[in-house]
Amino acid sequence: MNRESINTTILFISLVLLQIIVLNNINFLGYINPFLYILFIFYYPIRKIDYNLIFLSFFLGLSIDYFLNTGGINAAATLFIAYIRIPVLKAVMGKRELDYSSLTIDKLIFGRKYTYILILTVIHHFIVFGLEYFKWSSFGIILQKTLLTTIFTMILVLVSFTFVSKK
Amino acid sequence: MQQILSFFFKNKNTLLFLLLELIAIIFTIQSHSFHKSKFVNSANFITGGIYNRINNVKEFILLKKENIRLAQENVELKNLLNLQGISDSTSSTTVIDTINFYQKYSYLAAKVINNEFRKSNNYLTLNKGSSSGVKSDLGVINSKGIIGITKSISKRYATVLSVLNVNYQINVKLVKSHHFGSLSWDSKDYKTVQLLYLPIQASIKVGDTIITGGKSTIFPEGIPVGTIKSFNTNNNNYENINVTLFNDMSAISYVEIIDNIDKTQIKNLEEKSSHE
Repeated sequence: MNRESINTTILFISLVLLQIIVLNNINFLGYINPFLYILFIFYYPIRKIDYNLIFLSFFLGLSIDYFLNTGGINAAATLFIAYIRIPVLKAVMGKRELDYSSLTIDKLIFGRKYTYILILTVIHHFIVFGLEYFKWSSFGIILQKTLLTTIFTMILVLVSFTFVSKK
Repeated sequence: MQQILSFFFKNKNTLLFLLLELIAIIFTIQSHSFHKSKFVNSANFITGGIYNRINNVKEFILLKKENIRLAQENVELKNLLNLQGISDSTSSTTVIDTINFYQKYSYLAAKVINNEFRKSNNYLTLNKGSSSGVKSDLGVINSKGIIGITKSISKRYATVLSVLNVNYQINVKLVKSHHFGSLSWDSKDYKTVQLLYLPIQASIKVGDTIITGGKSTIFPEGIPVGTIKSFNTNNNNYENINVTLFNDMSAISYVEIIDNIDKTQIKNLEEKSSHE
């Protein structure tokens, strides 16, 4: 086990526990709980081909599903943003090819970094609530929950990037 | 062949993604139907164990409320006992013939170790499982009223489909007129559920009490459910009958699981007559 895989394992387990023990019990305004566990996708080193991330994000989402009795909703959403994160990052950077050897999330400038995170967060939350309700008639409530939860998650992501990433 | 192989090789990432996404979607679809969600649920060893730990801490906060509820239940039960105890010398006494007397329901106390009430399909996790005799499709109540129906069972834990779900309906009736209806939920407010299919002949007003109907084998007749909060009529039909639950679904700690002893007998009989 090298340093990176140890860090990844610790991050994986601590994010799941944080989500289960603390964040799922917040109930802000009665029903808003942030999904901070997707921080894993943002912290994971940026690489061109990453089978590991595809597997890890699936199992990250699935472990959240096991606790929440939600079938495979979180697994589907987390897997999806893990798959599209490189194309999204390319679009945000405005480049056709990225310099994978030196690029880390901390090196991005503020605006690009949070545009990238915001896009992935919105997509993730929309898939989660969309699959949970699974009906066109609930489209309003899906959008409303997506919006409010995204704001909450983004605040926590901002806080954790400010305090944690300076090593 | 070479080309097919190289195609798979080039798009390994995408194929892996599609495969796993498909699995996730299958799990999701299964969780939307009541009888099929076998794979992903919180009634297993790890999740049950962690929820048990978390609950030990949470229980402390709810202790006071739970004590009050138990004290009230004690008072009610004592009152019931006293009612029977008053013997009037002029009235005749009834002797219960213990040979003909038989028990129809058995009750099992359990503790809620995880409670959900914000999603469109909510589940509770209980700390009793198959080793205590819990099966799936049993009713779950507490002294205030109904809570849900057991679903997935592991050796030591069980999940309960809460009344707060959009898929499953429970047979209920009015105390006053014995008209039957179905209880459903529109996933908007965890304090309010909806009463469906109530015939227009039943006259209702705000504040009327709803109890379980006893038409299914899951709940006994007469378990309290809630009171009518609001309703309107349209085209000679009741619409949007909102029912305020007696239970506060956000704060539940101890529950009773009801097992209908005659269930298999009733089910067999019903199956037999439907085949004839």
